[in-house]
Amino acid sequence: MVGPSHLHGTGAAALRTLASWALPIVLLIAWEIASRSGVLSTRLLPAPSAVAAAFWESLRNGTLLTHATISTERALKGLFIGGGIGFVLGVLAGVSRPAEIVFDSSMQMLRNVPHLAIIPLVILWFGIGEEAKIFLVAIGTAFPLYLNTFHGIRTVDPKLIEMARVYGLGPVPLFWRVILPGAMPSILVGLRFSLGLMWLTLIVAETISASSGIGYMTMNAREFLQTDVVVLGIIVYALLGKLADFITRLLEARALAWHPTYRRTVTRGATS
Amino acid sequence: MRESASVLRLHKDASFHEADALAEKNLLRDVRPHGKDAPSLNGQDIRLDRLSKSFGNRSVLSDLDLVIPAGQLLAIVGRSGCGKSTLLRLIAGLDRPTSGTIAIGGAEVQSLQPNVRLLFQDARLLPWHRVLSNVGIARTKGWQETAAAALADVGLDDRSNDWPAVLSGGQAQRVALARALVSRPGVLLLDEPFGALDALTRMEMHRLLERIWREHGFTTVLITHDVAEAVALADRVLVIRDGGITLDLPVDLPRPRREGADTAAVALQARILEEV
Ligand SMILES: Nc1ncnc2c1ncn2[C@@H]1O[C@H](COP(=O)(O)OP(=O)(O)OP(=O)(O)O)[C@@H](O)[C@H]1O
Ligand SMILES: [Mg+2]
Repeated sequence: MVGPSHLHGTGAAALRTLASWALPIVLLIAWEIASRSGVLSTRLLPAPSAVAAAFWESLRNGTLLTHATISTERALKGLFIGGGIGFVLGVLAGVSRPAEIVFDSSMQMLRNVPHLAIIPLVILWFGIGEEAKIFLVAIGTAFPLYLNTFHGIRTVDPKLIEMARVYGLGPVPLFWRVILPGAMPSILVGLRFSLGLMWLTLIVAETISASSGIGYMTMNAREFLQTDVVVLGIIVYALLGKLADFITRLLEARALAWHPTYRRTVTRGATS
Repeated sequence: MRESASVLRLHKDASFHEADALAEKNLLRDVRPHGKDAPSLNGQDIRLDRLSKSFGNRSVLSDLDLVIPAGQLLAIVGRSGCGKSTLLRLIAGLDRPTSGTIAIGGAEVQSLQPNVRLLFQDARLLPWHRVLSNVGIARTKGWQETAAAALADVGLDDRSNDWPAVLSGGQAQRVALARALVSRPGVLLLDEPFGALDALTRMEMHRLLERIWREHGFTTVLITHDVAEAVALADRVLVIRDGGITLDLPVDLPRPRREGADTAAVALQARILEEV
């Protein structure tokens, strides 16, 4: 891994990156040309340059940041409440048979209800206030974390648990040092699913009823035919989703440093 | 080639550590007697009295009587499924007998005990803890120092900061041995601990176990499929068949033993194989 072969490696990697960006860039240029020449109506799809201008304008007058902050706040509140409940119930059902009997069949039944289907009910209960949106996000994020935490705890190697008992670990150290770390890969998979559902649920909830947030911003723009702001809203949602994904990856790299698979991907990522 | 050379070097290092450790012990307390010729300070005797175990209708062990003197290294051989692991789990207190009693150091075994340690066929290290914290898993007071000393004892003090996933099978088993030694147990139970290792590593592990057993003086019960291993290591070999002991054979060969080169050992192996 020294000298020419190393240089060759980075050169090849740069070329690969360039190649993977080529198609999007060509499409973007084609889109811009189509818009400017009038082939593509700006009432249906704005030019990329118009989206960039809208981005700059909303950043300058502060509306983008305000709406993005409100959306993120709702998303995180819902995640902490729903994901927290899902995690705690998953742990309880995972470590105790009585708790499993009480929760598990109900949770398995409820998870088959598409949570967006209850929007009419939620509006009846909470109106269109903050609670409605946070409630929906909480419901959406609770199930993936519940299921994966429960599954992760139940699939911890029983041989390791037996070994820990031989070495005199009581229930509390057993949980913190054997069961929870053993379930962690599965819990983090659950967190990823939850984050995906978190944004999805919030987009739907904000589009249907809100007076602030990215969803409101785009719906409002639609009424005034500001397609550039609509496209900007879509991009902001995508970026927020990507950011959440990136944070989970960091979390995985830290929490699963012991895991041969994760360590390999992390090192590869760092060297390339 | 490089791998095996470095293992050999590790072993040389290990013998230095051994000398150091012994010198230190001599300063602190009386000279510790070694081997079966002298009564051990650490080892505890094990008594089985009309011990039976059945699972449902199937009787696995029936009316077993056995006395294992303190400090003895006993090997148990027998066909697969004859109840060797079951017997070990009973002695460890992981399972309860159907009838009969087990006493260790005069006290009846009711549950898991801190003075009894068990080594499994697989090392069972916690993959999310580094080697040193695996060895100090019980987290007793000052565990870092005792764990480091135990690692040095098995010649792996330079790996204390590694993840278990990067260790070879033999190294992982040595870490498991260090983990068992930390609490200075009176009884060490080994359930085919070297079964998954290649022949060379296995012989290294035999020498290591023999040295540490002589140094610590714990009572050892070693379960093995390998009759040569039993004769190479044990003071006494038992054969279990049909729920009972069919052969109880003392092995009076001088230590340290050389594996496979001894006609007396070969004769003993033939004798045991007849009974299995
Ligand atoms: N928990 C259990 N429930 C039911 N039967 C069991 C249980 N544990 C062991 N047995 C049975 O007891 C018998 C002895 O099992 P054991 O594991 O002690 O054999 P072993 O001598 O250690 O065999 P091996 O050399 O293959 O490890 C087997 O027939 C096994 O099926
Ligand atoms: Mg067995």
